[in-house]
Order: sequence, then C-alpha cells, then structure tokens
Amino acid sequence: MPVHVIAAARSEADRAWFERSIVELLSDLFGTALRLTRNRADAEDLVADAVAQAWTHLDDLADRAHVRGWLFRILTNAFLSARRTRARRGVHESLDCEGEDEFSLFEQLHAPILLWWGTPEQEFLNRLLREDLTRAVDELPEAFRLVVVLADMQGYSYQDIAATLQVPIGTVRSRLARARALLQKALWVHAQEAGLVGRKQLKATTEHE
Amino acid sequence: MSDIRTIDCEEALRRLFEYLDAELHGEAQREMEQHLEHCRSCFSRVEFERRLKAYTAELRREPVAPGFEQRIRGLIDTFKR
Repeated sequence: MPVHVIAAARSEADRAWFERSIVELLSDLFGTALRLTRNRADAEDLVADAVAQAWTHLDDLADRAHVRGWLFRILTNAFLSARRTRARRGVHESLDCEGEDEFSLFEQLHAPILLWWGTPEQEFLNRLLREDLTRAVDELPEAFRLVVVLADMQGYSYQDIAATLQVPIGTVRSRLARARALLQKALWVHAQEAGLVGRKQLKATTEHE
Repeated sequence: MSDIRTIDCEEALRRLFEYLDAELHGEAQREMEQHLEHCRSCFSRVEFERRLKAYTAELRREPVAPGFEQRIRGLIDTFKR
C-alpha cells in the first residue's frame, strides 16, 4: 500500500510527532547508517528508506517512548535486507576473516619495551582521535563491523544481535571477540605508524630535548 | 553475603567483555565485581576497555550534510497527502 494512503488515517499530530522524533535522532540514525554503509550517499538513502518504512509501520510501535530502539531496528533491518538482495545478485562479502581472536591493545601498551610515564593506556586513549577509531571500525569486514555497531553503538544484547542477524549466539560471541581483536590491532598498527607508541617516538623526543 | 566464589585474573579476563556488554548476571557478575575490587591490574584493563567501548559508541553520531535534514523533512511532508 502506498505510504500516502496509510498516512491518510493518521492525524497531523501523529505526523508532527513523527517528524520531531526523526529530526531529533537524525544525526544518530545517519551516523549508524554511515558505519553500516561506509558511504555518505548510501547512508542518506538508507535513513530515508528507514524513515519511510517507519511511517508505514507506525501502528506497530505500541509505546512511543520506545521510538528510538524501534527506529534503529528498522534501520538495521533495512540495511540487512538490502545486503541480502545484493548477495542474491551475486555480490558476496566475506563473512569470515583470518585473524587472531586475542589481540589486546592494553597488553601491547604495557609491554616492558615501551618507556611510558604514568599510565600508558590512559595516555593512549587521550591521544586517540575519533578519525582513527572511525577508520579502524570502517575497515572491519562487514560481519564484524555489524556486531560492533549493534553491540557497542546500539547496545543490543547478544540475544538481540543473534536474532537480528539470524545466527546462533555463539557466533555473536566469536564474531565480537574477533571484531575487537581486529579493531585493537588496527589501532595499534596505526599508533605505531603515526609514531604515537614505540621506541622510535621516544628516541625522537629525547633528541629534541 | 560473603560466600562469593573467588575468581582469578585469567577467569576475570575471560569474562571481561561479557561484563562490559552487560551480559553477566547474578553470581557471575558479583564474582567479577569482587575480583575487580581487589585486583588493580584487571581493574585498569576493564577501565581501558570501558573507555574504548564508550569512544566507539560515540561513532554512532555523525553530523548530517546541510541539505539532508531538508530532504527528510520534505519526505515526511509528503506523508500529509
């Protein structure tokens, strides 16, 4: 049924409330869409698609206090459904990725070879830039990026992630572990390349003093 | 109650992310909390991972392009007709 036919049954107050809710959450919806699609134009289309779907199914929202979670669920499902369509058309993105499950940035930062003062992990976090973290998340293979978006950005429970992605809960746990290891390793590699950690940087500092 | 089972660092680190993801409940959560009260090393690790998780959570918000809010308002406006 076209959106405008359904909409006829709704009041102007419903529409005004809907618009307010969407505008209030727009940068959150867009940010999540951007992490999922990694492309601003696709993210904008995804949000627009989710907004249209949300209006069509507004009657499914029993309690308007839960509009936020409901909208994000629609957004995520819209992304997943587009992804399944892509997969049917033969565009496959790998779900598996070689790599270790247990890379710990914290342990790397505490390696005795690094001569930090104070608390190295806090120093590291204080210097961590949003763009570095964004890049590390965006570079995760899709299956891992998805669990990070759902667990860390949307705060889904493992059970909810399993239901959303239609995978067993054990898969959620292992993908999250792998995702975090990959993410932390990427941050570590970047920090080394940027000279934020490592002996090289300490040597340079000493020479300039 | 003081009969909470004591867990070691290895066990605490194994439960670390489930703890931060609020997936530990009841006894398992209390055991973790009790360990963190007494172990500075695991406490620091948990705080590090907690902050990193919080930073990651902030990535869900991204400023939209100037025309995008208008596009969405325009879309919602078509719902009137």
